[in-house]
Amino acid sequence: MSITITSNAKDHLKRSVSERNKGLGVRLGVKRTGCSGLAYLMEFVDVLSDEDEVYQFDELKLVVDKKSLIYLKGTQLDYVKDGLNEGFEFTNPNVKNECGCGESFHV
Amino acid sequence: MALMQISEPGSRVSNTNQKKRAIGIDLGTTNSLVGFRAQNETIIINDDFGNVLVPSIVHFPLEGKYLVGKSAEIFRESDPKNTVASVKRLLGRGAEDVVEQPLSYPYELDLSDERFLKIRTRRGSFSPVEISSEILKHLQNKAQSFLEEQVDGVVITVPAYFDEAQRQATKDSATLAGMNVLRLLNEPTAAAIAYGLDNNEEETIAVYDLGGGTFDISILRIVKGVFEVLATGGDASLGGDDFDFAIADWISESLSLKIGKNTNLQASVLSTARIAKEKLSNPSNHDDVNIEFMSKTLTLTREKFSKLTELLVRRTIKACRRTVRDAGIGFEEIDNVLLVGGSSRNFNVRKEVKKLFGIDPKYDLDPDKVVALGAALQADVLIGNKGANDSLLLDVIPLSLGLETMGGLVEKIIPRNATIPISKSQEFTTFKDGQTAMKLHILQGERELVSDCRSLAHFELRGIPPMVAGSAKISVSFRVDADGLLGVEAQELSSGKKTSISIKPSFGLTEEEITRMLRDSFEKAEIDHEQRLLTESQVEADRLIHDIQGALEQDGENVLDEQEIKMLQLNIKDLKVVREQSADRNLLVNLTEKLMKSSETFAERRMNFSIKKALSGKSLDEVET
Repeated sequence: MSITITSNAKDHLKRSVSERNKGLGVRLGVKRTGCSGLAYLMEFVDVLSDEDEVYQFDELKLVVDKKSLIYLKGTQLDYVKDGLNEGFEFTNPNVKNECGCGESFHV
Repeated sequence: MALMQISEPGSRVSNTNQKKRAIGIDLGTTNSLVGFRAQNETIIINDDFGNVLVPSIVHFPLEGKYLVGKSAEIFRESDPKNTVASVKRLLGRGAEDVVEQPLSYPYELDLSDERFLKIRTRRGSFSPVEISSEILKHLQNKAQSFLEEQVDGVVITVPAYFDEAQRQATKDSATLAGMNVLRLLNEPTAAAIAYGLDNNEEETIAVYDLGGGTFDISILRIVKGVFEVLATGGDASLGGDDFDFAIADWISESLSLKIGKNTNLQASVLSTARIAKEKLSNPSNHDDVNIEFMSKTLTLTREKFSKLTELLVRRTIKACRRTVRDAGIGFEEIDNVLLVGGSSRNFNVRKEVKKLFGIDPKYDLDPDKVVALGAALQADVLIGNKGANDSLLLDVIPLSLGLETMGGLVEKIIPRNATIPISKSQEFTTFKDGQTAMKLHILQGERELVSDCRSLAHFELRGIPPMVAGSAKISVSFRVDADGLLGVEAQELSSGKKTSISIKPSFGLTEEEITRMLRDSFEKAEIDHEQRLLTESQVEADRLIHDIQGALEQDGENVLDEQEIKMLQLNIKDLKVVREQSADRNLLVNLTEKLMKSSETFAERRMNFSIKKALSGKSLDEVET
């Protein structure tokens, strides 16, 4: 297993999927942003494509396409509360540096 | 690290999202068929009685809906004037074409308008296009009620022999029926696809298609899935109908019938002839056929049938010979002969074709269905359902297509060797604060830098609402249609503003150029990669310098003392020098980081300052609203 999730993250993902009430699961990915750098992507999955790998955590499906997987190997996904803000946090050993706001990163 | 939220899917590759349904239609002179591609097989839809053939007949009753197919055929004998058959022969034809070709039609032609021929019925005069469209509508409804879902697109086959006017008329019929025509496909190509011959490395085939109303002979060369039509020939007015006419003539002659203008009698002789022909053409039947007509009995022997149709078969063989000659090849070069069309069941046809080409023709697929099978397969590919295993390689993109991004780098949108048609979209954003326009530079090639790729087109998207850099969302979609035409569309998502361009990407590129561009991309992959990383770091450095300088001008003196400003400016200068003069990426990255770190305090203070500014002098109530 190359991607791990904390129980906090798992609970929250499960809740989000059941609240949405449709779809297969949640997609984790990496996309190129604008001019340079990579950024994480998290979205619900309605349709699987051929390039997708599916990870099963209990009844929860996490979907990662093979290209993104290269950048996400060993990543831990957590759900954290930080003051008023809460959301998912990626801890990714592949990352060499991040941009100031933390939205994009390099490998 | 910013915290992430889950978003709705949507911004990703658009063509994998949903399975679309497309159907293939063989719009024949005598009979039409409709099919579709299911999971692992191609299905031709049949009616409640198990018939796949829908007679291409439209009946105009006294009142109520027009009847199509079997229910219309019933009226062929009793009400021939209001029952239109073989209308395909009249598609795209003018009145003079028909006068020159005095074939007997049991219905009345309205030749009052020289350019547009019409058919007079009790419900008014109709053009062949209108009548064809009734047949297409019927086929589409049949498919939709069978599939229980909407049909998104359709492939319709036409004889290779059809000229532009006839093709246009076919397209018009479909448009009138409310269909989305993906492509008109030549019937022989459809047959070859159905036989799976498009998967062979290299092969030359002849397709002998003797349908109800048209005879086509086509010589095709298939190289790695790409079809080349070497020559087509045939006779647009020769088919099974003529076999019927020949037999009908023999019947009326033998029984000394006076047909004249008696359309009722003519129609019933014709249908008697057709039944006799179908019995004789059944491969399991080796007997003669007895014909009962007006309480008299006639015997149609196999010899007699051969003789009656001999001239017609000979005409097809002659056309074959001519067409092979046109193709500039010898008979021995032809690897396969496909027999297509119901009338190719005729034992005489098989015998003569085998004799001419010197090989056993292929007829293991139902000759009635084969064209519709190919059309259905092609429709499925064209609508964008490319299965991993059963993808038909029709045409591929020779080089990747992409867009220029900051720093002269190429972002590939559609990778090379993608089968067409394809559509992909990606989101981009603005680089500078308040940027209201974006220049899009479309490129082709495998290299990382714009200067190493081939420039295809430039265009601009204007009217982006001014926003902070990076917050505008501009979706750029690339579409390559089945004809290899590239269309690029850019849309700013908040305002909906969009602009587009279309280009023929393969234009002007020779095979050698493509090969060279490909070879370069492999040989220089490592240099390119290094260059890409360097350029990315340079872009990052530029942006940081630009941001900090802007911020210094605005708020520098408000939050920093002289010493601090000097320090920052020194760091900026250092970075600038390296950025301009050195190609050492690590040094550049280190200095960029250093500048980022040294500006952190500035950023913090600036934030506090602007909050203070926003809040000062205002009551709490004002701030909250």
